[in-house]
Amino acid sequence: MKISFKDKTDVIFDFINISLLVLITLAVLYPLYFIVIASFSEPDAINTGKVLLFPVGFNTTGYQRIFAETSIWNAYKNTIFYTVFGTTINIVLTMFLAYPLSRKEFFMRKPLTFFMMFTIYFSGGLIPTYLLMRSLNLYNTPFVMILLPAVNVFNVIIARTNIKYSIPEELFEAASIDGCSHFTFLFKVVFPLSKTIISVLVLYYGVAHWNEFMNGLIYLKDESLYPLQLVLRGILVQNQAAADMMGDVESLLEQQRAAELIKYGLIIVTTLPVLVIYPFLQKYFAKGVMIGSVKG
Amino acid sequence: MNGFKKVVIQQISKILKRDWQLVVLTLMPVTYFVIFHYLPMYGVQIAFKDYIAAKGIVGSPWVGFKQFQRFFNSYQFWPLIKNTLSLSVMQLLFGFPVPIMLAIMLNQLKQQKFKRFVQTVTYCPHFISIIVMTGMLYIFLSPRNGLINLFIKALGKDPVFFVGDPKWFRPIFIISGIWQNAGWSAIIYIAALAGISPDLYEAAQIDGASKFQIVRHIDLPGILPTAITMFILEIGKIMNIGFQKAYLMQNGLNISASEIIPTYIYKVGLIDAQFSYSAAIGLFNNVINIILLVSVNKLAQKTSEHSLW
Repeated sequence: MKISFKDKTDVIFDFINISLLVLITLAVLYPLYFIVIASFSEPDAINTGKVLLFPVGFNTTGYQRIFAETSIWNAYKNTIFYTVFGTTINIVLTMFLAYPLSRKEFFMRKPLTFFMMFTIYFSGGLIPTYLLMRSLNLYNTPFVMILLPAVNVFNVIIARTNIKYSIPEELFEAASIDGCSHFTFLFKVVFPLSKTIISVLVLYYGVAHWNEFMNGLIYLKDESLYPLQLVLRGILVQNQAAADMMGDVESLLEQQRAAELIKYGLIIVTTLPVLVIYPFLQKYFAKGVMIGSVKG
Repeated sequence: MNGFKKVVIQQISKILKRDWQLVVLTLMPVTYFVIFHYLPMYGVQIAFKDYIAAKGIVGSPWVGFKQFQRFFNSYQFWPLIKNTLSLSVMQLLFGFPVPIMLAIMLNQLKQQKFKRFVQTVTYCPHFISIIVMTGMLYIFLSPRNGLINLFIKALGKDPVFFVGDPKWFRPIFIISGIWQNAGWSAIIYIAALAGISPDLYEAAQIDGASKFQIVRHIDLPGILPTAITMFILEIGKIMNIGFQKAYLMQNGLNISASEIIPTYIYKVGLIDAQFSYSAAIGLFNNVINIILLVSVNKLAQKTSEHSLW
């Protein structure tokens, strides 16, 4: 048996391909893994580079301080509120728009698609939107966090395309002969048959709400309304370890050591909910996105 | 004439009778777009006015292009353009090909389990918030105890103050962007590759094509239309590149590279409260974006028959 030139280059190709993919996977995974092990380690061991593969000097000081901190829990509560109510409104409005747009015979389909798409390319911009929020009395209220991002055009397009291909027009025609209206059809047929796309929408909208910080930065003044990410910014980016997270009698060095651990722990505590939900929804969303993107 | 009117009315009432429920469904989303997207467009007029809070948007006096001229003549104009364009062009240059390569590499994998694992892992960072992303950059790049600087120190070199150096702002911004989004952006190309007809691959195999040749002559042409569409969309964002991350990564030391138009709009508008001036810069930015998008789309239409519209 002679190994042909083609087979040899294919073997080299596969070898390089697989090695590169292993390296890429490690490069993505390691920083995340490091944050996890560092959050359980001794600050001195982190500072001297001893924490590389496993936690060193296992301790949970960071987490204890985080759990004792009320401002973080209040922000957590706010974010859960914005995420749950915001996502519910997102799903309802998106499906209410996506279903009519998926019906070929709907006489407003084209004008409405243009009406919606236009907002992607042209927007009033920051200041006109800001002034509007003030005059609508939405400024510095929880509603701005829920209403301002109520519909995302790209998600409507994904949902519309999905419904268009998964629920054929003929199905409605058959149902309408039996006297089924669009309302009944939407609630009795479209919603139950759209579990996949609704899961995808929940993931997209939910994560967007969970990670939202810009609207909070611009439209919220009271710290009691702040979402988690905005509180996180103070600690992670601006380096202001909340003063009340530190004991009164601690030395400066002790405070600095604790501040490090708090950062690692906070990243875990705030990102965990998203990363826990993600694998469960993943099997849906891969399918959903494919349909939505290819046939868009 | 009367008969014609009658027919039209009959037609309209027939359509309305058939579609009125669909119209009712769209009422709430349409109201949302009117209030939160179209009303601010009406407010864009303050870019041509001198906004006085007491007089409101409509009552403030018109000043024509004064705000725009002020921006064009300000000493910040060219540095802002340069920073914004360098950042987005570099991001496009380095960031755009990575998801395509990743998709092609994944597509060549025979081991389905490994493929799924790599996909799951590389999608993951997309769901990390920008705050956490920036926080992680600060942690890993810290000159005192960041992992990268510990490594540099171990090699016997001096630690680099990455986050406080204008030279490093763009590379960090772009590399971290690739780390976070390449896997996610690859999905659309993976989908495009899955859509290529299996006949092509079979024919190539029979003709004795190597894997490299298959990538070159089947995979790449197969995803070209998708890549062109994505490229046009990216061009349409060129002046609007990531406000959030740039704003968070910004500090007094790297401001000469990190001040881009979106961060400037925010500061001038909401921190200095120069509403009209900020709105004018925003409008200028938006118009440039649309011009870019339309012209690139035209160009794509002419050269490759693939376009957005």
